[in-house]
Amino acid sequence: MSDKKKIMTSGNLAFAEAMRQIDPDVVAAYPITPSTEIPMKFAEFAANGKVTSEYIAVESEHSAISACVGASVAGARVMTASSANGVALMHEIFPIAASFRAPIVFGLVNRSLGAPVNIHCDHSDSMPERDSGWIQIYCEDAQEVYDTVLLSVRLAEDSRVLTPVFVCQDGFITSHCYEPLELLSDETVKKFVGERKALYPLLDTDNPVSYGSFTMSEYYFEIKRSQMEGMNNVLPVYAELAAELEKETGRYYPPIESYRADDADYIILIMSSASGVVKDVVDELREDGIKAGALRVRFFRPFPRKELAALAKGKRGAAVLDRSASIGGTSPLAAEVRSALYSLEEHVPVQEYIFGLGGRDFYAEDAHSVFDDLIKGRYTETPRFIGLLEKDDKNERA
Amino acid sequence: MSKPQCWQEVPLATVAFGASALKVQTGLWRSSRPVIDTEKCISCYKCWLQCPDDSIATDDEGKVAGINLFFCKGCGICAKVCPADAIAIYPESEFSEEDREGGKTGADPGEVGAHVG
Ligand code: SF4
Ligand code: SF4
Repeated sequence: MSDKKKIMTSGNLAFAEAMRQIDPDVVAAYPITPSTEIPMKFAEFAANGKVTSEYIAVESEHSAISACVGASVAGARVMTASSANGVALMHEIFPIAASFRAPIVFGLVNRSLGAPVNIHCDHSDSMPERDSGWIQIYCEDAQEVYDTVLLSVRLAEDSRVLTPVFVCQDGFITSHCYEPLELLSDETVKKFVGERKALYPLLDTDNPVSYGSFTMSEYYFEIKRSQMEGMNNVLPVYAELAAELEKETGRYYPPIESYRADDADYIILIMSSASGVVKDVVDELREDGIKAGALRVRFFRPFPRKELAALAKGKRGAAVLDRSASIGGTSPLAAEVRSALYSLEEHVPVQEYIFGLGGRDFYAEDAHSVFDDLIKGRYTETPRFIGLLEKDDKNERA
Repeated sequence: MSKPQCWQEVPLATVAFGASALKVQTGLWRSSRPVIDTEKCISCYKCWLQCPDDSIATDDEGKVAGINLFFCKGCGICAKVCPADAIAIYPESEFSEEDREGGKTGADPGEVGAHVG
């Protein structure tokens, strides 16, 4: 299996390299920090003849995603990328893409939503899109980004799923840091992703169809229910595809990664890049005989409720660390976790934490104090904030 | 194609087969009805051009002959653009129940959401 190649690269460039190997039919994009490098690198591939894709430079993110939807329903394999306010400008079109069952694969490089303007990571851009009907997968590192892009093409286009995918990675932390990455050969990737077989391509003029026609109360509800079925099929189809890719890569990513959580008493639930620090702290605590563990939530849509309930069952305490807030409500991950654990016969206490907004650093000592809270049984009704400057705080590091 | 009876039967992806609006009874929205005085009409086709639906009916000689009430939604544009003052708009309530169902020139049975399925 010497056709694999090891390189040093970043999350953005890993995404772009996967795009080169996939060679999608159409890419329409409007670059924005920190996802800029994805369309930038891909435009270079297109200009240098490394791909056969049609690269469409557009005048806004709204146009980018609109062009993607048009190309996708025409029958093309389509990819794009964006971040933060760019994602927000696309919002109107996301539910349309999902209803049209347009299997677009989207590199969402997480960045805080303005104002104030801030280019660093949190999940306030992707979380507002959680109800737009797209699959959301959150990656911890560049390798996972690369592998997930390949999987997402097959997942999105599978006839049982037909749903667009956000492949999320943390802005700068994952998107710009270089790390070793193993690439599959171009041939292996091409064989794995195959060709898109569109169900009702708009360009098939022998079998004309229209998309999204006016539908009032008589069928709108049924169409939405039919759409939900695609999402319901995601996790079983994903399991098949992930097992197939594992044969090539030797890597398998479950919907929720369990890190020493099997026999743990106390667990932290977290997403994306900050999971690494938590895993280190779990190792340290284990050395001291404390049964700590971590659950890294990879799929946020569909939310793996059953998997989570099975993994968190019987724990003495769970801390949910959200990298975005729902101002006036429960933070997105905490709300899902509480809801999934509610049906367990034995109550698992859950504490909500908000961390890392606008790129605020998250340290090992923060994870230590969260585990300390759980062990001492310190629970509050309202969320706790990690690394926030409080009045009379002796912590001056920010 | 028979109409879907449950969510499992609606076509995927909001697709409407045939890509045609010819079976969609936009006439169900109508609360005012245009009536053409064919004596006054000079068959200039202005109403035919401006009508947002396929409602202006023509005869075998290509003359404007009436309104297809299966499609006509009563927007009144035709009356506004007519240079011969040949179209008058009446409230739908002035017509008999039977007449309201289909109308003289639009007797096709309606299909709500005909484009689904
Ligand atoms: S009222 Fe409107 S829809 Fe009806 S015939 Fe006139 S222009 Fe067409
Ligand atoms: S606009 Fe008036 S005159 Fe011209 S075709 Fe229509 S009804 Fe006749």
